[in-house]
Amino acid sequence: MYKYASPRNFYHLAGRLLPWLTAATVMLLLAGLYLGLFVAPPDYQQGETVRIMFIHVPAAWMSMFVYVLMAGAGAVALVWNIKLAEVFAAACAPVGASFTVLALLTGSLWGKPMWGAWWVWDARLTSELILLFLYIGVMALQASIDDPRRAARAAAILALVGVVNIPIIHFSVEWWNTLHQPASVSKVGTPSIHASILIPLLTMAAAFKAYFFAVVLLRMRPAILEREKHTTWVAETVEESA
Amino acid sequence: MNWSEFFAMGGYGFYVWTSYAVAAVVLAFNVLLPLRRRKAVHKTLREFYRLKGERS
Repeated sequence: MYKYASPRNFYHLAGRLLPWLTAATVMLLLAGLYLGLFVAPPDYQQGETVRIMFIHVPAAWMSMFVYVLMAGAGAVALVWNIKLAEVFAAACAPVGASFTVLALLTGSLWGKPMWGAWWVWDARLTSELILLFLYIGVMALQASIDDPRRAARAAAILALVGVVNIPIIHFSVEWWNTLHQPASVSKVGTPSIHASILIPLLTMAAAFKAYFFAVVLLRMRPAILEREKHTTWVAETVEESA
Repeated sequence: MNWSEFFAMGGYGFYVWTSYAVAAVVLAFNVLLPLRRRKAVHKTLREFYRLKGERS
């Protein structure tokens, strides 16, 4: 385990994992699209718009999952000074921001036909928008400080403060009266959602997760080369790939 | 199955297909940008080592 915390070993491990993650992403995405678009029945209340959920809900889950990972990696980087954790946190931010944008846009596209509005200032939507601003803040801090170590520390502190927003997003539908429908899958006990909808949803969620790890590794590898450019292994790796 | 019915999505075609299109664009960008970055970093680093080699 410790072996892979060294940038060099991680770089090569990531290179070996990438084809497998790519294959898993493609297969899960194809299965999820097939199940979601062809197999899942239209909802008795929301009709065919329920198919937006197969994008919207996994994207929203990922927006929070990635944020927690990014803040956790930031904490590890702050406490133990692990360079790899800094690189990971930096790679998470733009991907997490993308999932947040996707959740907000598909939510809008679902809200218009169902609620009659593209946007409402309710607790769930507003806290998810704040999540996007947090991601943008983290990215701005990383970009604005030249020293990578100091940039990572500043970004980690902001990310950790912003973690308070995650339970707010999650419980917003219970704490406040909102237009947004409550959680159906994570409800304690039996999920109040039929298997014909649940299976495509979970397949898409798995696809998004595999995709996330693939693109994070894809982002981390060049970042590692840059951070370690004064080492001989990077010099050799770059020459070999020419 | 009837394809025109499938694309109509019960009258919600615009909302459903725009959602899937937006997802496709966002997912594609997050693959293309790191690949471009990878290329750029390799190029910069090769230049960096070449200059370093000339100086020493």
